[in-house]
Amino acid sequence: MGDEKKVDVAANAAAFLEQDEVHEPMHDKNLWAARMHRDAAARAVPEWEELRKIASQIKEHTLTHLPDYLREFENNALKRGAKVYWARDAAEHNQHVWDILQEKNIRAVIKSKSMLQEECGMTAFLEKRGITVTESDLGERIQQLDDQPPSHIVMPAIHKTPEDVAQLFARSIGTDPGNTDPHYLTEAMRNDARKRFLEAGAGMTGANFAIAETGSFVVCTNEGNADIGAAVPPVHIASIGIEKLLPKVSDLGIFIRMLSRSALGTLATQYTSHFSGPRRGGELHIILTDNGRSRRLGMPDFWTSLKCIRCGACMNTCPVYRRSGGLAYGATYSGPIGIILDPTFDESRYSELPYHSSLCGSCTEVCPVKIDISDQILKWRKVMAAKKYLPVSRRLAFGAAGRIFEHPQLFRSAESMASGALRFTPHFLLYNKVLNPWGRHRELPHFAGQTFREWYLQYRAKNNDHGEQHT
Amino acid sequence: MENNTRNHVLAAVESQLPLNRIAYPAIPAFPKTVTDLLTAFEQRVADAGGEIFRPADAVAAQALLASQFPGASVICSVTPEIKGNRDIHAVQNPHELADVDVAVIRARFGVAENGMVWLTQEDLEVNALGFLSQHLVILLSPQSIVCDMYDAYLRVHLEDTAYGCFMMGPSATADIGAVLVHGAQGARSLSVYLL
Repeated sequence: MGDEKKVDVAANAAAFLEQDEVHEPMHDKNLWAARMHRDAAARAVPEWEELRKIASQIKEHTLTHLPDYLREFENNALKRGAKVYWARDAAEHNQHVWDILQEKNIRAVIKSKSMLQEECGMTAFLEKRGITVTESDLGERIQQLDDQPPSHIVMPAIHKTPEDVAQLFARSIGTDPGNTDPHYLTEAMRNDARKRFLEAGAGMTGANFAIAETGSFVVCTNEGNADIGAAVPPVHIASIGIEKLLPKVSDLGIFIRMLSRSALGTLATQYTSHFSGPRRGGELHIILTDNGRSRRLGMPDFWTSLKCIRCGACMNTCPVYRRSGGLAYGATYSGPIGIILDPTFDESRYSELPYHSSLCGSCTEVCPVKIDISDQILKWRKVMAAKKYLPVSRRLAFGAAGRIFEHPQLFRSAESMASGALRFTPHFLLYNKVLNPWGRHRELPHFAGQTFREWYLQYRAKNNDHGEQHT
Repeated sequence: MENNTRNHVLAAVESQLPLNRIAYPAIPAFPKTVTDLLTAFEQRVADAGGEIFRPADAVAAQALLASQFPGASVICSVTPEIKGNRDIHAVQNPHELADVDVAVIRARFGVAENGMVWLTQEDLEVNALGFLSQHLVILLSPQSIVCDMYDAYLRVHLEDTAYGCFMMGPSATADIGAVLVHGAQGARSLSVYLL
């Protein structure tokens, strides 16, 4: 690797694929199952496609009127007795948290999942200052104990087998290394976490949605861990990205219906909790954080990525993500949504991510808020190519592919020639370690005699009369 | 300083706003797909890992509770119908609820679409009761069931309560090997008594 700082996503993916014959197939299978559950849940809602359109519009409306909604949210939250802080970046966010903890002399924090706090590197920041930070979401806790970031937005440890977790828990909390039963392991962590909830001086959460109309925010979990963190320690600190705003309470009817159906195919999360001001006997601190979001809002090609509600559907459906694992992306956000978010934080570091995609478009199809993810991935490729971020060898290879994707006419001829080309491509090229880590352990795909497009045009021509009777 | 940061963020957002301001969409009244609300609610509660019971009256409910949790030593009820042995009104600090085996709470309403029940700070008295307790018994009037989330959000009044939770069955996780396990951090079980 020439550039130490640059994430080599292909090499990382290869490492995940090659570790054994267990991890990658299991990862692929579990995420595909989530995708199938999502499909069934979506099909059961007759207005699903209309909901996607409406949810997208509500988000775009809110984002294009964001200053008004931020002020309205702040006013109402203050009225309810919350303290509201503003942070331009990760450093300011972390400083606010540190100031609050110092003022109360708090040494231990229990936190639920927050991608924003991940983004800010908050845990490392606090630990350096002597604060004990415990993740309470089971998947996040597994990752914390293994000193790894989450590999998936919704299922942080989905790349691990029960055997991995059993080994990890045996080392860290003294369970039986031979017992890999998820019930046993979950119970062991429940008991370990319980005392940490009771010892913590503050509970920290993120927010899935923030409601301008009432100054409320909503946290969705399946474990109830965010609720314990908010209900037991005297201080609740919530980190909220400024893009989380929704105008009205009634908007939640749409978004809560879509979030968990898109994520795991369940009708909702087990807990959908609404915080409007401090609870009886408690304090509520809200940190509204920008950290690059305003800049993203000003990027004409990429601002709609701010609509993301962090459901993870694009990750579950992505053939590349399913096989490479989330850690390969080397970033806070992985999968297709990560490819379009991460470069807004650091173009050079994440310059190879946009090539970690087959551009199949499945992510765009499942996105509940209709972000044109695959189009944005292609646009990021153009940015990276224009800025010459890639090593020369890759730039040449991708340049040819890029030109084909940009010109549908070329793509079509390339597509029908591909079956022929593939037949004669030397084996060492297809299965070359560096050029194509995907190829290893894989059989060549059997190409259909004709492409779909060829078939479709033929079919249309043949069935023209029949087709027209229906129109 | 703080005010300064606020203005910086707001000014930054203002300066980067897309030129095309998108209008708030018209939201149609979607057709209702659930007709028999109670039956649907009961099925969805079961799907979410909860259990439904239909005690005839408060006396039967009290007996049901005793038979359902014979080993429970601490029962905390926030409802007048069911008696426990821990007075929620005497609780000064949420930590005092760490040893509760069973909590009994009345929900405001249920949602047929997904089996959720709506609980507020006023229903819980102390929020921690809903989460530190090992098992939950939720009392719900069978007449208090709305069709779907659209209707549900017409019934919540976030401006009137500091905390409200749609609870859908017991605590759950599938974080290890994608295997569903109940009782991750919150309640191990959730029973709905239609009463």
